[in-house]
Amino acid sequence: MELSDNIILIIVVTSVATFISRFLGVLTAEKINEKSTIFSWFNYVAYSILAALIARMIIFPASALQDSSLIIRLFVVSICIAVFIYSKKNLVLPTVLSFVLLTFLA
Amino acid sequence: MIHFKSYLKGLKSLVGIRSPALALACSFIALGALFKQAGFNLQQSLASSFFTYALPGQLVMTESFLIGASIINIFLSVWLVNFRLYPMTVALVPVLKHKSQPRWKYYLSCHFIAVSSWLIVKDEYKKIDKKFRIDFWMGIGSGTLAAAVFSTYLGYTVSDYLNQNMMIGLAMVNPVYFLCMMIGAMADVKTRIAIISGIILGPLFYLVSPEWSILLAGGIGGTIAFLIKGKNGTI
Repeated sequence: MELSDNIILIIVVTSVATFISRFLGVLTAEKINEKSTIFSWFNYVAYSILAALIARMIIFPASALQDSSLIIRLFVVSICIAVFIYSKKNLVLPTVLSFVLLTFLA
Repeated sequence: MIHFKSYLKGLKSLVGIRSPALALACSFIALGALFKQAGFNLQQSLASSFFTYALPGQLVMTESFLIGASIINIFLSVWLVNFRLYPMTVALVPVLKHKSQPRWKYYLSCHFIAVSSWLIVKDEYKKIDKKFRIDFWMGIGSGTLAAAVFSTYLGYTVSDYLNQNMMIGLAMVNPVYFLCMMIGAMADVKTRIAIISGIILGPLFYLVSPEWSILLAGGIGGTIAFLIKGKNGTI
């Protein structure tokens, strides 16, 4: 198989593998009311999964972050959270700061 | 068919001091640059962001491609890493539902579900009339998706000008943005417990099983939060 055909195939496979979860989610939600107990369970699980994912991205990164040290990452995260809280929940400031700090400290 | 005012309101969440655009841009610029290095052409890179639109899965895809993994292996690892979208979707769609709205809107717009768009809509939906929430969500979703595709294009084009330190800096923006959004979402005790236990259990379980750690940590953390009695003794 040509390399380029191969890339197209893996893009299709990746997109299908991803959409399955979204599609099944809507299908499941057809019978779920927002005031039900099962909705409440899914809600907390979703928040907890995202929290776990974010902690993993920072502590055991899969991206270019692997080439920076954990101490520096934790340092930058703490500063950015402090900025977020003291700027009355401005999200743009801490995100810009995280880029600048890590680019220079890494 | 689509309530335009609500749609625009959703689209507008991309600007201002709570905008996700910058965080999205940084992570998809980094992804675009990675695609170029991996040997994808521009059309393939844009197609991937448009049709998959889930960063962790796209990273897994690229890595698997580079090490020459089989198609079945790619399918399974992407499915597992993006399975978080299932509980996220179930935890979102019921609050957007209205009997006057057609079902296709829900099946189409679920494609827009990703961490940033999800956190925004969960934060904002209560302010919107229930009848038009799906249109509001479609505004947020199509806006964030467009930003992701455009940033992939940008990253692909400027890839030669990005040094390693800038790539590291770009990769840091997304987790910081997500974490700030999460802290902002900790309105009640139960959500707080769900988030904090996820943050603790996620990395801990990673040491035992990298593939299953996120789902397991979230499943347990979320269940603990669910079982704890909230205000008025409600579950």
